[in-house]
Amino acid sequence: MSDHNYVPSSKLGKWFNDRLPLLSLSAHLREYPTPKNLNYWWTFGGILTFCLFGQIITGIVLAMHYVAQADLAFESVEHIMRDVNYGWLIRYFHANGSSMFFLAVYIHIFRSLYYGSHKSPREVIWIIGMIIYFLMMMTAFMGYVLPWGQMSFWAATVITNLFSAVPFIGESITNWLWGGYAVDSPTLTRFYALHYLFPFLILGLVILHIWALHIPGNNNPVGIDVKKPSKDTVPFHPYIVIKDLFALLVFLTLFAFFVFYAPNLLGHPDNYIEANPLVTPTHIVPEWYLLPFYAILRSIPDKLLGVVAMFASIFVLIILPWLDTSKIRSAIFRPLYKQFYWILVLDVIVLGYMGALPPEGIYLLIARVATAYYFIHFLVILPVLGSKEKTIPLPLSISEPVLNEASDVVKNNKMNTE
Amino acid sequence: MSEEKKPKRRDFLYTASYAVGAVGIGAAVWPLIDQMNPDSSVKALASTEVDVSLVEPGKSITVLWRGKPVFIKRRTQEEISEARAVNLDDLIDPEKDEDRAKNPEWLVMLGVCTHLGCVPLEDKGDYNGWFCPCHGSHYDTSGRIRKGPAPENMQIPKYEFVSSNIIKIG
Amino acid sequence: MKFYFKIIFILFILFTFNNQKIEAGENNKEFLKVDWSFKGVFGKFDRASLQRGYQVYTEVCASCHSMKLLSYRNLAEKGGPEFSKEQAKAIASNFELTDGPNSDGDMFTRSAKLSDKFVKPYQNIQEAKASNGGAYPPDLSVLVKARSGGANYVYSVLLGYDDPPSDVILDDGVYYNTYMTGNKIMMPNPLSEGLVEYNDGTKATEEQMTKDVVTFLAWAAEPHLEARHKIGFKAIIYLLILSILAYFSMKRLWSRIEPEV
Repeated sequence: MSDHNYVPSSKLGKWFNDRLPLLSLSAHLREYPTPKNLNYWWTFGGILTFCLFGQIITGIVLAMHYVAQADLAFESVEHIMRDVNYGWLIRYFHANGSSMFFLAVYIHIFRSLYYGSHKSPREVIWIIGMIIYFLMMMTAFMGYVLPWGQMSFWAATVITNLFSAVPFIGESITNWLWGGYAVDSPTLTRFYALHYLFPFLILGLVILHIWALHIPGNNNPVGIDVKKPSKDTVPFHPYIVIKDLFALLVFLTLFAFFVFYAPNLLGHPDNYIEANPLVTPTHIVPEWYLLPFYAILRSIPDKLLGVVAMFASIFVLIILPWLDTSKIRSAIFRPLYKQFYWILVLDVIVLGYMGALPPEGIYLLIARVATAYYFIHFLVILPVLGSKEKTIPLPLSISEPVLNEASDVVKNNKMNTE
Repeated sequence: MSEEKKPKRRDFLYTASYAVGAVGIGAAVWPLIDQMNPDSSVKALASTEVDVSLVEPGKSITVLWRGKPVFIKRRTQEEISEARAVNLDDLIDPEKDEDRAKNPEWLVMLGVCTHLGCVPLEDKGDYNGWFCPCHGSHYDTSGRIRKGPAPENMQIPKYEFVSSNIIKIG
Repeated sequence: MKFYFKIIFILFILFTFNNQKIEAGENNKEFLKVDWSFKGVFGKFDRASLQRGYQVYTEVCASCHSMKLLSYRNLAEKGGPEFSKEQAKAIASNFELTDGPNSDGDMFTRSAKLSDKFVKPYQNIQEAKASNGGAYPPDLSVLVKARSGGANYVYSVLLGYDDPPSDVILDDGVYYNTYMTGNKIMMPNPLSEGLVEYNDGTKATEEQMTKDVVTFLAWAAEPHLEARHKIGFKAIIYLLILSILAYFSMKRLWSRIEPEV
């Protein structure tokens, strides 16, 4: 990883670094050669790191006041909102931070899909990323239960009930998850414990994710490898640091708009009603970032198969590096893939939209079509495209001209499929 | 010559950015620290009103104020005289009884031993006052430390009689 | 560049349809709209309206609806009705609650203090239901946030009592309401002209009382709204300034290596 022969400038620094090479690590991160043609879609990794730390810090602070017990939880959250100094700010940051975290992660993932960042040799980075994404969804789901509103309770009930679909042992699994015969205080307390734990697992995986990235180095918009570091790359500090910082500030401006002016826009009013096991809300919906999966779940008429389909939709993403057979990474040079990419984006948005609507009539039909298309995209279209698609010739290198989308370049190099 | 100018302008931009950034970080960090300060529901309980109409001379009550015990003793004339007669030079923590109990009949003090925080017992000890069983501190009828490891007299909180029968503490 | 337009288009679609998402198809009647003083970037509560709204709540609603998340001291805190501390103390002392045990082991009644939560009309949900024909009058502390449509919805419901259309049969104790989800409500029309005699002399029309009480409820649900707007404005201006500084720093730094970035 690091073949710097970095020597700290001070004696104390050298003494310490010989025993724990943190200063070498810091030097590596500062000097890390980053492709100089990265566009703003590459700033979301840094933004995500901010989101993770933001959620952890505000989460720990909230945990100083929150009470994880069914009779007291809702009231404790209102206590935070009303009595704790700046409690309202910290709570709204944490709640909207969750949405911002997912917004950033979806952009980050879709960046990867467009530019082929999931392809060889970055498969492990991608898989670790998928695990992080899965843990994020579990963390967010459990976090949403904690205020113990109507949506908290019923979303927990619906999703934990899914496990009863498992043949033979389903009911035992569900009771095991609940710690009882229904969602109740024991469920709440264990969700709280795990909600506190998972972000630290995510943090560890993020370190592995970045470590794995630093082996081959970043992908870039044209999807070709770095030929000459001195011409194609810039040191991470200060060039990428400042760009990430700028992008983060723009992101934070959007974040601030939600926190200060529309703090409940992305939430559901029913969650300001205390949980009532005897009254079901008219429409049970998860938070927006889980809606596509919810739509897939509900589009299959069979309970068990619906669960299978939902998990399959994530699994299909995990094995993506092997489904997408094209040798060309970036969609810039894959005109046909580019079209299918945008259709996929539309498909996911449609799925999300359907997830918020009752699974009836035309809505159910659309959800089913969109679900089918989702799987067709990954399992049929991508493998076929790899072999059939006619791609545009790649540029010679990153620093060689030129980044108009379909550049017509002098030579083909051996990365082309012809 | 233009070399001289360039660094200055460049530095100004960077310095300005750092400065503005630092302000922002400070502003962002403050709520995270302030949230640990007593919240408004705790501050609302910062003062307590106590009705002492049922306390007979020679008797005392203990009330909870800000999470700590407060002894409210209605002293007999004997106890008051005893407290006033003490020579200040004999005291570990010299303090006049008049300064501790403006209304001599009523002694209002924090029932917390100034040594390590235990709650002293009433009507015990060698000085007719309180005795702390943890490490053997003796307090007199004015709540002053007379013998033992405690360094200071039991603390007098802010209080006032809002009516003849009601004391507001805090 | 085309890329960015696609993203913006998608976001536009998302936001345009966001508001109609779930409630589409339920109630097609659009709510009555009020130009609330607390809406918008610089929104603030009208103090006088909050005080009148509190009066309406206390005199009309509090006999059935609790507001258990509010404390009497909130009435004197900044950003709310801003009664003086003495006034709030006097208001609190009008209410009795059970406290204890005392040193004899008994529970006793005493008048409320600033630090107490608003006294509830019923001991528990069961008593509330039993006294109201089986329907629980919901706690109003966060009601405005707990209903889709917020203040406009609550306002509309309070003014939405009408005669039912001919094809709707109502049971005893059920009333027709144009804006209530499902059109049936078990609360009779609570407000009528002149029901409350406002302390500040304002004419107590139905619209006035509804506007005042909904303003009060909106504050009750979001007592820190004014601070949030104030800090938010500063925060966003600050972020815009810092973004601009960062942008120019970035350009300056990159000019070292990219002659025409």
